[in-house]
Amino acid sequence: MLELHNRARQLLETQAVNLILGYGEGHGDEPRPVFIDKPDTVTRLIFNERCIQNLAVYLLKPEVRTQGKIGIVTTIPVSRSILQLAAENQIRDEEVVLLLVQADGKVSEVTRFSELEGLVAQHETKIPAPDQEKISILQKKSREERWQYWVNEFNRCIKCYACRASCPMCYCTNCTVECNQPQWIPVPAHALGNLEWHIMRVMHLAGRCIKCGECARACPVDIPLHLLTFMLNDNIADIFGQRAGMKAKPDYVLSTFKPDDKENFIR
Amino acid sequence: MPSFEPKITAFVCNWCTYAGADLTGTSRIKYAPNVRIIRLPCTGRIDFMLILKAFAGGADGVIISGCHPNDCHYTSGNFHARRRWMVFRSLLDFIGFDTRRIFFSWVSAAEGAKWAQLVNAITAEVKKLGPFQNYAELTKSGLDLIAENSYA
Repeated sequence: MLELHNRARQLLETQAVNLILGYGEGHGDEPRPVFIDKPDTVTRLIFNERCIQNLAVYLLKPEVRTQGKIGIVTTIPVSRSILQLAAENQIRDEEVVLLLVQADGKVSEVTRFSELEGLVAQHETKIPAPDQEKISILQKKSREERWQYWVNEFNRCIKCYACRASCPMCYCTNCTVECNQPQWIPVPAHALGNLEWHIMRVMHLAGRCIKCGECARACPVDIPLHLLTFMLNDNIADIFGQRAGMKAKPDYVLSTFKPDDKENFIR
Repeated sequence: MPSFEPKITAFVCNWCTYAGADLTGTSRIKYAPNVRIIRLPCTGRIDFMLILKAFAGGADGVIISGCHPNDCHYTSGNFHARRRWMVFRSLLDFIGFDTRRIFFSWVSAAEGAKWAQLVNAITAEVKKLGPFQNYAELTKSGLDLIAENSYA
């Protein structure tokens, strides 16, 4: 923690950054995001195993953007989000200073994406074992059982869009959900609209989700909606060999193609 | 019990399948009248939401058809569409959506006979599957809404 404080203080004192996004003490056990802009308040920064929220979601907010150069306390999944945002031309190289906290507690300061790519590449991109197990169980069920499972889960959805708000990749200022001519997604939370919303969310994250699981943690009614994006993006990696959040260069799986893409369903 | 006549929506591309279906007509080939054709510029234009909206509107099956690979009027629209469908299908499958009701095919402007065969075969298959009960139940909660506020 001391190392983190020192690094943060140095960055602010030398005006290498104007604002640092990090984790601070929140209510009870839950850390909360803090925004540090003065060197003498860096002691508010904490880091422990509970600091898993994906802070990259704040990077594109106008309130943060207008602050100039930003420092951000990150973990590996958050770093992947930042690389993916870079791949989508949302962040430029050397625009953000990452204070990457490694598993052993060491803090590395990263500004160049090329360096970040190297660090991120050393870590697993597999789906966490408990989630993988849930996915496997679902895949073994019959189609009808899967349908019932998801319809039941989606029935709880209240369309609060916390999943969208918490996701760093959902940064469109004009989301399809708000589009009302035509109205793609009905406004009230009913079975049909909920299904359409969740399918649309996952499809728009296809090939872009870096599997941080923030959407499911943000969900107030505990829908395991991260299983959908996890499954789909692993599937994409298997078929097309592309994973999100590994490179700062544009590499969107659905904006490219191979003439010999293999499928077995087109007549 | 009256026999079930499925409603099938076909999203076709302007350059190949629409012209192919036109050829079916001018060749005087008869085929099942269950299909409602919607012409779009290119298969690359067919958003996955259009497929969902067709089912929400009461379709029992959906056909998506366009130019054969390498024949796209816009060079690569059908290649992009193919990728999107591969991804979309794997998602629908995981959700438990009845993917047997979504049909993809390549029909060129010269394949009038293929179009007739395709529609006949698909109509028979969907007839066998019966009405899309799963989606109809789901839609019921939102149906009034759709009727009141047209999606058009």
